[in-house]
Amino acid sequence: MVDFILGHYAYWFTLALLVIGLYGMMMKKNLVKKLIGMTIFQVSIIIFFIASSVKWGATVPILDHGDIEKVHLGMTSAIETAKYINPLPHTLMLTAIVVGVATTGVAFGLVIMIYKRYKTLNETELLMRMKKEDDSDSNQ
Amino acid sequence: MTAILTNNSPVLIPLLFLTFGMIIPLVAWKRNNLAWPALMLASLASVAIGVFNVFKVINKGPVHYYLGNWVPPIGIEYVLDHLAAFVMLVINSVAFLVLIHAWKIVPRELPEKEPAYYAAISLMMAGFNGIVITGDLFNLYVFLEISSLSLYGLIAIGEKKSPVAAFRYLIMGTIAASFYLLGVGFIYITTGSLNMADVKAILPSIMDQPTALMALALMVLGMGIKMALFPLHGWLPDAYTYAPSTSSAIIAPTGTKVAAYALLRVLFFVFGVSFVTKTIPMATVLTWLAAIGIIYGSIMAIAQKELKRMLAYSSVAQVGYIGLGIGLANPLALVGAVLHVLNHAFMKACLFLVAGNFRFKLGHSNIFKLNHSIRKKMPWTMAAFTVAALSMVGLPPMAGFFSKWYLALGTLKDSNWHFLVVILISSLLNAVYFFRIIEKVYMKPINSNPAEKEMSVEPTRDEVASSMLIPTLILAAGLIVVGLLNAFIVKGILNFIIPAGM
Repeated sequence: MVDFILGHYAYWFTLALLVIGLYGMMMKKNLVKKLIGMTIFQVSIIIFFIASSVKWGATVPILDHGDIEKVHLGMTSAIETAKYINPLPHTLMLTAIVVGVATTGVAFGLVIMIYKRYKTLNETELLMRMKKEDDSDSNQ
Repeated sequence: MTAILTNNSPVLIPLLFLTFGMIIPLVAWKRNNLAWPALMLASLASVAIGVFNVFKVINKGPVHYYLGNWVPPIGIEYVLDHLAAFVMLVINSVAFLVLIHAWKIVPRELPEKEPAYYAAISLMMAGFNGIVITGDLFNLYVFLEISSLSLYGLIAIGEKKSPVAAFRYLIMGTIAASFYLLGVGFIYITTGSLNMADVKAILPSIMDQPTALMALALMVLGMGIKMALFPLHGWLPDAYTYAPSTSSAIIAPTGTKVAAYALLRVLFFVFGVSFVTKTIPMATVLTWLAAIGIIYGSIMAIAQKELKRMLAYSSVAQVGYIGLGIGLANPLALVGAVLHVLNHAFMKACLFLVAGNFRFKLGHSNIFKLNHSIRKKMPWTMAAFTVAALSMVGLPPMAGFFSKWYLALGTLKDSNWHFLVVILISSLLNAVYFFRIIEKVYMKPINSNPAEKEMSVEPTRDEVASSMLIPTLILAAGLIVVGLLNAFIVKGILNFIIPAGM
């Protein structure tokens, strides 16, 4: 049990971040705090992918010249994959980071629009002001 | 030249819209009115390529296209099969018709913002087409986010409240996409592959692992939010109501359908039919949620006083039909679901265009302010509305009847009688919320009250411009045509979409 918990500590850490992010998005009333939660949430998934590609004792995925020589000379049939870290999750996460930045940018644009129109970023206050506007509209 | 185009036809549509997403702001830099023709060019080309793709698939069978000639699972694969070609043609042709309608209404609703607006539509269509055609799980995520980011912008550009609706959608949409991405991560860790066909070949050997189950749950949750499956539909009504008329008319027929399509792909073409029905009853859960959503959406639609909001809730119900067809997991129900993607795209586009026409001429689309004068003022718009409404209710020979017919047959196949009851009840509820408008407009004789007769002036014909009217009428006529031709569509295309093992 202890081994299970300690052996997967990176995943527990990711899980904790994921939950903190979700809590921030769902429970916080301030729109900017929601966005902070959203960023934490996205980062937790990025860390999850990176953690999955970790290999102890392995190195960057640039082929060693010695290895290539050996394959050419027919000494081994394939490159030893255990020596190299899998680069694919990192590449995927580069894309995900870009997507995350774009999402945050659009979200801040929306927050600025909301603040300009309603002069508040508190969700409760915002809903109250929207409702008030509705009432004054229907009275006209 | 032609050989290059025909060989690369699967990738052309997303590429086209992606390119035009960047070209439109440039050509319209100084002159705003150039943005619309540029997008129309792209849209027309996409319809043409879509038609070509459909015939190519019917004649030669599914096409597997390797991006950059990298053979999967190393490279990204685009799969153009019957289902993908069909859905692509549907969303592109509906978008084309809505964009004709946009010409007059966008400058009125969004003055000076046309270049950015049309560029965002182009990017959104690139994302949707990419989702439909890709055969790679991570590539699907990227296209999902491309389309979502443009969607947030298209919604936020609308009325005063629209940024709030868009912000709420952004939070929900990011959770959905992130859950999907997490599911992809689980699949990648267990199978070491991201190619859909490859994953499907590997998954049966590791089916009993909790990782695979978790991946399925996360991906269904993510797509469920995107397609507004009950109870994850919270973002939809506000977003559709406060968005500009063109945005709602283009998002409602395409957005949720594409997400439903992605769900179908993930369930049947990645995890496989036996996995989602026997190993873990995910399909059954989906069916029940969809059934509750159908009833809930229809009842909420009755309670609305704003036409666009009513249509939004009706969308929740209609997406439920598609979810029901997917969840029942038998060939007839699946044909019904995919046929409903087509029918609902036409019906919702037509109804939202009618709402746009009302807003253009009357300045509002409040149901309680609609009265009998509209039948004189806008006879053609009302005719289109009536056809679409009858189709929503499911009267033959309108298209809506036939998809419901296939769904009903699908429910009977595994003796799921209770879902047949759901379909029947919801048809009646549909009738309630559409007929109250038809009754308001048509059933009252003009000036029956003599006192009123002297007070009021005879309403004169005040129909919208033909560039707005014609797309609305084409969509309405399309509903009848699709209804009459449904046997050809089912025989020619939809019979080939049934996944293995169903």
